[in-house]
Amino acid sequence: MKTVIIKYNAGNVQSVMYALDRLGANYLLTDDEAEIRSADKVIFPGVGEASTAMAYLRQRGLDKLIPSLKQPVLGTCVGMQLMCRHSEENDATCMGIFDIDVRRLPGDVGLKVPHTGWNSIHSLKSPLTAGLTENDYVYFVHSYAADVCEHTTAVCEYGRPFSAMLHRDNFYAAQFHAEISGNVGQRILENFLRL
Amino acid sequence: MLTKRIIPCLDIKDGRTVKGTNFVNLRDAGDPVALAAMYAEQGADELVFLDITATVDERKTLIELVRNVAHTINIPFTVGGGISSVADVSALLNAGADKISINSSAVRNPDLVNELALEFGSQCVVVAIDTRYVDGEHIVHTHGGRKPTELRTIAWAKEVEERGAGELLLTSMDADGTKAGFAIELTAQISGAANIPVIASGGAGTMDHFVDVFTTGKADAGLAASIFHFREIDIPDLKGYLSGKGVEMRI
Repeated sequence: MKTVIIKYNAGNVQSVMYALDRLGANYLLTDDEAEIRSADKVIFPGVGEASTAMAYLRQRGLDKLIPSLKQPVLGTCVGMQLMCRHSEENDATCMGIFDIDVRRLPGDVGLKVPHTGWNSIHSLKSPLTAGLTENDYVYFVHSYAADVCEHTTAVCEYGRPFSAMLHRDNFYAAQFHAEISGNVGQRILENFLRL
Repeated sequence: MLTKRIIPCLDIKDGRTVKGTNFVNLRDAGDPVALAAMYAEQGADELVFLDITATVDERKTLIELVRNVAHTINIPFTVGGGISSVADVSALLNAGADKISINSSAVRNPDLVNELALEFGSQCVVVAIDTRYVDGEHIVHTHGGRKPTELRTIAWAKEVEERGAGELLLTSMDADGTKAGFAIELTAQISGAANIPVIASGGAGTMDHFVDVFTTGKADAGLAASIFHFREIDIPDLKGYLSGKGVEMRI
């Protein structure tokens, strides 16, 4: 089985690679279209700023390639946000795989932004959360989040409920960092690799 | 709900943990990787590695250590000590660190905070502040708390937040090593003034000290070293106790 991590200007993906190492998975970090298309699984990571990342994806044609993929694709953190319709972060038009917008978390209700740390997820209904328990904890660091919608497969609460996970057809996404979310995160990655 | 975090801190020299530990079941208590894995297994929410050496050769050892830790544990970890440039941070993040912590170098060159936030994102930039109460004021200190600066602690905390820090690691040098409790009042002031998470450090001696720092002190995380290393407090017991007191914990 071949897993590809999409390479673009979205920060440090070392932790994702180490997590795959721990699971004994073979992977390749690349932005090559043929390699991406021929992969069994595709991981679309992301740390950073949405509009800059989208500009880079457009430049490389990755904004057209990713939505056209047929194999299971997992977007994480900013990767997930870029798979949505639009992000409030510098007014970025995103790929629109998930029909929902990304909005800034409320910072005016005594809550610190970025939302940093371990938070519980509930209303779990993703194939990726098989074996998890309602209100298991995962590690978040983000200032923007997708609203809850028909594609939501896990919900987290921080000032307002938001989509911790999304799923539509072959596209999966997680707002948190599964790669550093302890055994819970490891299970989610394992479930993805087993799809 | 978002939990409060419990963070053991490991002091590193030449790639080994410095302070002794009381973990008899560990084959090599001086091995930071083994210790880190054990803390992760016990339910530590995050780890901080503080490198107390900084020569070029030792930096290479540190990078190797960071790589080994990142390969082994599946919780976030921060590396601090001797970091003064974008290149230093790049090397640590590429080796697998999730966050880095800067202290004296931020005081020397505050623009470094902006540069790091811009280059790598605020999420991985922790600014450590060592503070001491001098003549009725909280003053930022460097060099392990020995050298006073001109900076007032609360103003400095707000400044580094504006410059792009993602978290603050606040160590009260007055409380550090006393085991008489965290600097509750100052922690609450900083947490109220800054809109980024505050990791409180220095003074932890009992489980109730953690209750105080999370409730009255409004800290987002509590960091300690020797009480964990010498098993005066075990992390599972601490998290159970805090949970019983109504503090949200990942258990």
